[in-house]
Amino acid sequence: MTLAKRIIPCLDVDDGRVVKGVQFVDIRDAGDPVEVAKRYNEQGADEITFLDITATHHDRETIVHVVEAVASQVFIPLTVGGGIRKLEDIRRMLNAGADKVGINSAAITNPEFVREAAEKFGSQCIVVAIDAKRVSEEGEAARWEIFTHGGRKGTGIDAVEWARKMVDYGAGEILLTSMDKDGTKSGFDLELTRAISDSVMVPVIASGGVGKLQDLTDGIKLGHADAVLAASIFHFGEHTVGEAKQQMAEQGIEVRF
Amino acid sequence: MRHVAVIDYGMGNLRSASKALETVAQDAVIEVTSDPEQILKASHVLFPGVGAIRDCIAELKRRGLDEVIYESAKSKPFLAICIGMQALLSHSDENGGVDSLDLISGNVKKFNDHLERDQADFKVPHMGWNQVQQTVSHPLWQNIEQASHFYFVHSYYTVPDDKSVIAATAQYQHDFTAALHKDNIFAVQFHPEKSHHAGLQLLENFINWDGQS
Repeated sequence: MTLAKRIIPCLDVDDGRVVKGVQFVDIRDAGDPVEVAKRYNEQGADEITFLDITATHHDRETIVHVVEAVASQVFIPLTVGGGIRKLEDIRRMLNAGADKVGINSAAITNPEFVREAAEKFGSQCIVVAIDAKRVSEEGEAARWEIFTHGGRKGTGIDAVEWARKMVDYGAGEILLTSMDKDGTKSGFDLELTRAISDSVMVPVIASGGVGKLQDLTDGIKLGHADAVLAASIFHFGEHTVGEAKQQMAEQGIEVRF
Repeated sequence: MRHVAVIDYGMGNLRSASKALETVAQDAVIEVTSDPEQILKASHVLFPGVGAIRDCIAELKRRGLDEVIYESAKSKPFLAICIGMQALLSHSDENGGVDSLDLISGNVKKFNDHLERDQADFKVPHMGWNQVQQTVSHPLWQNIEQASHFYFVHSYYTVPDDKSVIAATAQYQHDFTAALHKDNIFAVQFHPEKSHHAGLQLLENFINWDGQS
């Protein structure tokens, strides 16, 4: 008897519809968020994450309604990220039925925001999302930096140090995305995942690059992740969450059926 | 007519709890309220919550809800969830030590968050789906399989003085209390409102419970 490793489908939501950007450009429509969330729930998803990719540009009312609608019908944990900048944004999401919020760029511009948010709402609902990109050359010791603006802008901040700092500030979980791998379907950056996961005492969710079921298992066994997040592998019916769990269980990972 | 009061004391997401109750009891009245009169009038009381214990106790007292909890926990089916459960104990180690409601004698302790690397499977908070071992037969466990998974998210756990009040355990770092029962009180560390089938079944059992064990 032990804590199950989690599979978390991620729904990128643009103006109320589920989409998945492949390296943030080629966007395909994958459907109504409530229907997609219900389908994943029935398949055995352990949590669902919504990433509001319109957040920086448009009105945020749409995502609030999406969360309300999903939370009224799907009784598993829900996380919402994208455009969370103020304590008020967090309160609105929690009141709409979210259990956790993902904070990304607001943490970089103002790390104190993470501390305030954790003090106000508790660490259990504060997920710090880290977008990291490998900056070391071939042959050098591996090193990753935090990138913003969908991986276009470097910050000079070391990813491992940043993860530690965010946990000190009260992050209850780290959502780690490899910007090198995101959208490539070539698997997680396992070295990055392991480096962060072994450095912090809070759960780490691996993200970015899942193309086949084995990638999920590798993220846990080789990347030491506590949970794995994927989008396109589930959205277009290539695989179900149940198939992913079956495969993980066959390789000795504790999962919830 | 069954009337469930979900106690609103400004701590966290009550929508999920009330929606989950509505889903399992379509003929019941589910009311999210901070009004003491409404809570005292209800047939069932749900005491939910997330967050830190100091704010939880302070908010309850500020709103005069501690008295309402004492009253309803004595007289009607009463279900406490997560921080609501922890608040029922005598004392919590969280926030430098906080005296709590003392409805169940005992303490609230923290999981060890200074672990060696080879124990990295036991990160804190304990977050995710874990198996719950029912240690007593109780109306709230009806139709829930032994060792079902429930969703947990917490860093502290309850340690009651009288072990006979333990209704379930789970294992993380060590065995810890996953549920408590005492007369018409039932308390769970996990979140039934986020635990899919098993969680909804527990909430349905609660609504159908008359408070006798």
